[in-house]
Amino acid sequence: MSPLPDRAQVVVIGAGIVGNAVVHHLAQLGWREILLVDKGPLPDPGGSTGHASNFVFPVDHSREITLLTGDSTRQYAELGTLTTCGGIEVARTPERVQELHRRMSSARAWGIDAELISPAEVSEKVPFLDPTVVLAGFWTPSVAVVDPLRAGELMRERATAAGALTVSAQTEVLGIDTSGGRVRRVRTDRGDVDTAYVVVACGVWSPRIAALAGATIPLTPAVHQMIDVGPIAELAATGREIAFPIIRDMDPLMYERQSGPDLEIGSYAHRPILVDPDDIPSLQAAALSPTQLPFTAEDFDPQMEAALELFGEVLDRPDAGIRHAINGLLSLTPDGHPLLGELPEVRGLWSAAAVWIKEGPGVGRLIAEWMTDGAPEIDPHAADVARFAPHERTRAHVRARAAEGFNKTYGITHPREQWTSDRGVRRSPFHPREEALGAEFFEVAGWERPQWYRSNAHLVDELGVSDRPHEWDARWWSPIIDAEHLAMRRGVAMIDLSAFSQFDVRGPGALPYLQHLTVAQMDRPVGRVIYTPVLGPDGGFRSDLTVVRLDDEHFRVITGGSDGARDLAWFRRHLPGDASVALHDVTSAVCTLGLWGPRARDVLAAVTEDDLGDAAFPFATARWLTVGSVPVLALRLSYVGELGWELHAATESGLALWDALAEAGRPHGLVPAGIGVYGTTARMEKGYRLMGHELDAEHGPVEAGLALPGLKAQDFVGKAAYTKAREGEPEATLCTLTLDPGTRRRPQGGEPVLTPDGRRITDRRGRPSYVTSAGGAPSLGTHLMMAYLPPWHAAEGAGLLVEYLGERYPVTVARAGRTPLFDPDDTRMRG
Amino acid sequence: MVLTVVERDGEGRLTAESAEVLAAARDLAEELGVPVAAVAVGETGDLPEDLAKQGVAQVHLLQHELLADGGPACTGEALAGLVADLRPTAVLAADSDRSTEAMAWAAARVGVPLATACTAIRPGSGDDEWEVTRERSGGILLEDAVLDAPIRFATLRPGAPSPSETAAADEVTVHVVVPELDAAVPRARLVDRQPRAAGMTLATAPVVVAGGRGVGSAEGYAVLEELAGLIGGAVGCSRVATNNGWRPHSDQVGLTGTRISPDLYVACGISGATQHWVGCMNARAILAINTDPEAPMVTRATWAVIGDVHEVLPAVVEELRRRSGR
Amino acid sequence: MVRPLDVLVCVKRVPAVGAEILLTADARAIDTRHLGFTIGPHEECAVEEAVRLVERAGGTAGVLTVGPPEADEQLRYALSMGADHAVRVHAPVADPDPEATAAAITSALRELPPYDLVLFGEASADAGHAQVGFRVACALRRPVVGGVKGIEVDADRVRLRREAPEGAEVHEAPLPAVAAVLEGLNLPRYPTIRGRLRAKKAVVRVVEAPQPVGGLRTLRLRHRSEAHAETIVLGRGAAAAPAVADVLAELGVVR
Repeated sequence: MSPLPDRAQVVVIGAGIVGNAVVHHLAQLGWREILLVDKGPLPDPGGSTGHASNFVFPVDHSREITLLTGDSTRQYAELGTLTTCGGIEVARTPERVQELHRRMSSARAWGIDAELISPAEVSEKVPFLDPTVVLAGFWTPSVAVVDPLRAGELMRERATAAGALTVSAQTEVLGIDTSGGRVRRVRTDRGDVDTAYVVVACGVWSPRIAALAGATIPLTPAVHQMIDVGPIAELAATGREIAFPIIRDMDPLMYERQSGPDLEIGSYAHRPILVDPDDIPSLQAAALSPTQLPFTAEDFDPQMEAALELFGEVLDRPDAGIRHAINGLLSLTPDGHPLLGELPEVRGLWSAAAVWIKEGPGVGRLIAEWMTDGAPEIDPHAADVARFAPHERTRAHVRARAAEGFNKTYGITHPREQWTSDRGVRRSPFHPREEALGAEFFEVAGWERPQWYRSNAHLVDELGVSDRPHEWDARWWSPIIDAEHLAMRRGVAMIDLSAFSQFDVRGPGALPYLQHLTVAQMDRPVGRVIYTPVLGPDGGFRSDLTVVRLDDEHFRVITGGSDGARDLAWFRRHLPGDASVALHDVTSAVCTLGLWGPRARDVLAAVTEDDLGDAAFPFATARWLTVGSVPVLALRLSYVGELGWELHAATESGLALWDALAEAGRPHGLVPAGIGVYGTTARMEKGYRLMGHELDAEHGPVEAGLALPGLKAQDFVGKAAYTKAREGEPEATLCTLTLDPGTRRRPQGGEPVLTPDGRRITDRRGRPSYVTSAGGAPSLGTHLMMAYLPPWHAAEGAGLLVEYLGERYPVTVARAGRTPLFDPDDTRMRG
Repeated sequence: MVLTVVERDGEGRLTAESAEVLAAARDLAEELGVPVAAVAVGETGDLPEDLAKQGVAQVHLLQHELLADGGPACTGEALAGLVADLRPTAVLAADSDRSTEAMAWAAARVGVPLATACTAIRPGSGDDEWEVTRERSGGILLEDAVLDAPIRFATLRPGAPSPSETAAADEVTVHVVVPELDAAVPRARLVDRQPRAAGMTLATAPVVVAGGRGVGSAEGYAVLEELAGLIGGAVGCSRVATNNGWRPHSDQVGLTGTRISPDLYVACGISGATQHWVGCMNARAILAINTDPEAPMVTRATWAVIGDVHEVLPAVVEELRRRSGR
Repeated sequence: MVRPLDVLVCVKRVPAVGAEILLTADARAIDTRHLGFTIGPHEECAVEEAVRLVERAGGTAGVLTVGPPEADEQLRYALSMGADHAVRVHAPVADPDPEATAAAITSALRELPPYDLVLFGEASADAGHAQVGFRVACALRRPVVGGVKGIEVDADRVRLRREAPEGAEVHEAPLPAVAAVLEGLNLPRYPTIRGRLRAKKAVVRVVEAPQPVGGLRTLRLRHRSEAHAETIVLGRGAAAAPAVADVLAELGVVR
């Protein structure tokens, strides 16, 4: 046992597929003095990599995951550790057939070869499967099995050969020392190592390791059961590890794959069995391995019945025995996405956790690029470990959501589906009024936000709004949203926006600090409201947000609820080392009510003596008002395209503000409106872009149509790329499409946009055209979709197709660029 | 009295295990201030001579035609009868199959507990409450237990501290006891006995060359056989080999196979899982050959060679042949 | 001559341990928080043998344990291997002493329909008392053979093969009889899916039986102290052969 080096450029903890991939890619990118440690022995240290089922299904509804899987597949293949066998997701129910159509859409959107096949075709590929149980199959020829242990060995070998890597197995990390908010040292049972970077790639143990540095990696180990049944003569006769396609039997939430002479059966159907990271046995104390816990047979019994239905021909034999059965551990997160990136609590401490085998090598590359360049090629937005609100990092929340999410692994999850567990954690002061009005609450970052109000149900008939006839289109939706929309456009509505994340930036360095982070010119007069993109170093979107200059050295940053934590981490990370800037998260101190519509000024005027006239309070400015006796910071702007204000008040005064406006609004027909209007219908009619949908790291302001007229002199993050983009022609343009009349189906977002003859559309950089947002446009009488289109398709009036649940619907490019379809001159909100 | 059940080997001599038990019995008897007596089945033979060397002056010989089979029922009945007559303080025996079975039956008959696999037995402070230390989980664990009985039955594991020197007994008094065995005692009859093939047994070989997963196949054992031949050893295997059908179960070293204590154990491609380790941990020395330097067998071995069995062993065999000029 | 046989196998629920065994805080038991449970390899062979005997001769293969309700898991495992009925003698504790266990089984066997052959494992994998079968045989006045590695039933007699110091022995006993068997008796089968589903639905017969506490009481468990000298690495690969030969010569084992 050789002693550890005294110092390392980076210490990677965990020698599973992720840790090995991270060291490999760091070495490729020029890092040296990389130290890889693991508590267990090599090549299988006992984590989830050692017992995983190791198959790769390339299609996911998430583009980010699909890209990571694709990259990983190429890496496994290049290492010679990939065997392509094909895979079929089979449907036993009509609901699942519809879901398979949805997966076909995703496959087409992401450009993965796949096909819906008949039961007879399924049984041609897997002859010992009973086709009478099956209604349809989703056949993906590129499904493969990989060898992550061997891949990991090869990656270590390459990094070692490059002179970049020292590997120390059977080395337990005892502590991670920090000072000044930065990683300084890793302490192990074989010595201490000074380092500025630590990557936690410890799978199910990651929370324990992060905690050594006082940081949180919000995942929980959970059981995924699997058994091996055999020997089966038909499988043994192939003489191969895998010769038949892998079957995902989606409705009973399970899979079957050949594993040499055996059939391996895995399940995501059983009750959630969560394990505390502290309760995982040591390698020595475990009967099999720390992540292969004792099988609990009763949890698997329904899967055995289901397996006999599909594979009775080979499983129901006296010599086909259950030769191996484990409760394998995997990592579950509150939202099902990986936990990647620098931890918000400690600089230099990176998480590469909650990663499936199919994403491991891709995650290794992503983390290495991110650590090296500050921005990876694949946008890590949905996987960013900084995305969680404080309560979302608690053990209780992680366990609640992991328990709820486990059965969704193979489930049918509607894009708007809401979580049911651990709700009601963050409530605005308006909550009691909203409840009384029958609000349907949707959640963002723990905040309960009304999506629509049942109290407005009467408006549906009054305003002639039609329902959606198809259940899937109408799920987690209500025609009341469209009615609230029309009521706002006709009169006035108030909208709870308290989920906004708000930061106060003060101090002598505040202006240069914000200049550095934003695209727009921040040096504007006090009282100006400034919308600005926030870019990563590569010029892609990090965020888009509103900055209000409240004083010379005092700014308020207002950003969306879902991106609040990520943005806060980004802003914190860029604080100057001196004390010239103070950054305070004031989200909880401030509640926000939007008041918009042609009658908004009448309503507000009734409760304030301040001058609301255009001259005194022009568009894009902020002023302090008094509403009744409540001091209110009013912002004259709009995301819904109407005259009105965002009214920000102290949280404790929220009810008083609500009541005053509600009372004053009664004669004007004021209605409460939900986020259905704010976030979808009104926003899309106005062509406004939404972070995480239209705005992502793959696209910059130019392509998104959000480039500003001028380029500020000051330097800012992403300026070089932004400047270059401004000088050239965009490779893609964000367009708004309308659904042609003749169908009552309503695409939901995520669907591929196709040429009129049904071909997939990609731009010169290979980025596909797909629907980034979709929603009704009640004032336009149509259904809108946004999509990036390459220049040769981004022509207004051009006809294209959108594929939705197996059908293709004609759409028209109604707008290329940012000009809104509704009130293109913005006269309403400026009026 | 500490009554000690003793066994004799094929030549009629006291077994080493019985000698160890007698040593323990002597220590115990001395502490209690009582005599040691032996009990055995069969004819007098050389037993008095062997017992005298152990300082034992009393032996009870159980003689009955029904005892010839060595079955637990008749031996147990006879022992129980003797115990009822002698009322010894303790009844000790070696932890052999045959003694343990007879002791179990006898203890049941007498209505007292039996502590098996003991490594120590101590009189307690209480009246009846003695304390024993016994092996559990194949010897990985030790259990301290109270043995609460008027007559303490215990079997002792081999490997206790070397027997203390003792003064030989001047004279051994032989008491022949013909137990009253009801012909109706339920018993199995020995109907066939195949004498063990000449040669070394796994249990008694001074050197054992054993192979595990790393050997890879049944054919892979040829080189182990060759080495065993050169160094006078027997060939053993781990459970993996048995389960894969590479070797018969009789070759298996381990918790549920044979537990051995050779002078040298050569572990080839055996990782050293608990089940196996308890079978070989009493070896005086261990040479481990394994590709994994962190395998438990390697870290517990006296010597280790890191490498593949099929690279290392042929080279060792060749080296030995070269040196011996064969 | 073949006649139907009624065979009963007595099994014990024991923890399936890893390389290192953790103990509870009071050191009276193995810490089983992270462990599964199983029956020992000897008992697995006993179940396999019972199933095979009944497959050949007809009859019934039962399985019995003494333990708390959790021990049904092990009975169901045996059922999934092919046993056809299961009996649990209720015991409040997981690891009763051998006298109590034997008393419970003896009493249950007096209540249950008669069995031709009662099989035990040679010793349980955890406590290893190696005596329950003999106590039961003694109490029921049945012939018993231990260390059994072969069973043949012929009409009303059973022939039991075992290894003894003097060689391989065959013992013959009239039925009903008792045997304590050793791993190696057979190669036990894995349960089938169909077997598991049948086992899940099977009803475990629960019987009560007196279990007078015996005279052997655990005070504490502890780890055997292992003298741990550093391993001397003689070398790597074939290059280590001379060093190995030196060691063998030094030990004086080279012939």
